[in-house]
Amino acid sequence: MEGTILRTENLRVSFGDNLVVKGINMEIGEKKVTAFMGPSGCGKTTILRAINRLHELTPEAKVEGKIFLHSENINEMEAMTVRRRVGMVFQRPNPFPTMSIYENVISGFTLNGIKLKTDEKNHIVEDALKKVALWDEVKDHLKKRATSLSGGQQQRLCLARAVAMKPEVILLDEPTSALDPLSTAKIEDLLYELKGNYTLIIVTHNMQQAARISDMTAFFYLGELLEYDDTKKVFTNPKNEKTQNYITGRFG
Amino acid sequence: MTPYDIQGLQGRRVKDRIFTSLVWGLTFSCLAVVFIILFYIFEKGIGSLNWAIFSQNPKPVGENGGGMLNAIVGSLMVVSIAAILAIPVGVSVGIYLAENRGRKLSDRIALAVDVLQGIPSIVIGIVIYVWIVKPTGKFSSYSGSIALAIMMLPPIIKNTEETLILIPTTLKEASLALGASYFRTTMKVMLPAGIGGIFSGCIIGIARIAGEVAPLLFTAFGNPALNFNILKPVDTIPKVIFTYASSPYDDWHRIAWGGSVILVSFIILLNTIIKIFESRWKVQF
Repeated sequence: MEGTILRTENLRVSFGDNLVVKGINMEIGEKKVTAFMGPSGCGKTTILRAINRLHELTPEAKVEGKIFLHSENINEMEAMTVRRRVGMVFQRPNPFPTMSIYENVISGFTLNGIKLKTDEKNHIVEDALKKVALWDEVKDHLKKRATSLSGGQQQRLCLARAVAMKPEVILLDEPTSALDPLSTAKIEDLLYELKGNYTLIIVTHNMQQAARISDMTAFFYLGELLEYDDTKKVFTNPKNEKTQNYITGRFG
Repeated sequence: MTPYDIQGLQGRRVKDRIFTSLVWGLTFSCLAVVFIILFYIFEKGIGSLNWAIFSQNPKPVGENGGGMLNAIVGSLMVVSIAAILAIPVGVSVGIYLAENRGRKLSDRIALAVDVLQGIPSIVIGIVIYVWIVKPTGKFSSYSGSIALAIMMLPPIIKNTEETLILIPTTLKEASLALGASYFRTTMKVMLPAGIGGIFSGCIIGIARIAGEVAPLLFTAFGNPALNFNILKPVDTIPKVIFTYASSPYDDWHRIAWGGSVILVSFIILLNTIIKIFESRWKVQF
């Protein structure tokens, strides 16, 4: 694929004896939005977490195969470097509760021990918060605790925290599943805005969401990649019967 | 009588009332014991609190007056050095246990901590006597601190572990996903989020050792003179209470009661601090 940023080679992830991801080969386009879809337990989130090397926190998890970021195998890179270049937004908003809104946005730098001048910091914070359309809502109380925000605002803050690090890829693990419809719409709008400037991979159960914001859609089933194509094609003319059944709501 | 009427309702009501009053009664008697003890100590001791107690060293036997400045200084010294020794170790062990749950080694450590909690303080005193006092050839303030530090460990470890377990893993993941190191994640995300619980564990530990005499008998020993040198023996408030209360002199009894009031007030103060900081540092996830 032209402009590939991520490529997996026979990616297999298992937890103990349970093989969850069964040899995935796929390429993710740069500056594209790729949606990962499929019924629960199909391995979408597991793949996402493999890209960010988060499985290392789980002792029984085992990742085999290769994942390339550009041409580097991320399993041979320093985990910290990988995670700095690949941002992640989680299912539930998880701002740092002891930090203010401002500190949360800049936390990627402070937690990495990167020293910045005050005006640099101010600039990064303002820029990131504007990108996630949160600036107008919080600019007058940046010193307030991040947990004082609503769930939707917290999730946008988490997105801002990831965006501030200027990552090459942002992974989004069902970022709207814990939010109300209004906040969901806001996040979707936002992802739509970010499209074209960032490489986004979004795991979602919401088909309208996938159809609306993604360029490419991957359909997973029981740890295998069944279909991966332009979003339009997957939704209008799926090749695989299972995909068709899933998007027409017959199972999943 | 409708079919839904319950058989023996009257009897149930009576049982219910008996149970409720039993719970109330036992709770009240427990509280009453605490208050009676406090009242008694303060009634006996508050009168003997005077400036001399805080500002003078003990007078020789037979002379009235004097105070326990040496013991107050000694207690502060022994306890604070014990805290300095125990807190880093205890918090680290707590972090280890919270991070490595279910592993064999952490199960063993947790068991060891439980055993440590059950070891009588006098035994810890003897062990430190054999390990430190005998080889160095003299009683010393620091050997007392070490004995107390060992006693402080279990509450610090347990509070740290239990606090950290309650912090959602998503928080740790959020930090790691930003590329932060394990060390910074622990120091800047996990510990601040758990600071309230960890802090109260430390205070509980201090409260536990502040009134200990047994481990100090063989270590810090006692010293009628004011001493700031950790290599020399010192008096402590509980030690003075022990010695004075078992003496035949009325004036020493008076000072022992005064010491009790100081000690009890210190413990009440520590518990108040815990309550204040727990609510102030409460972190919402």
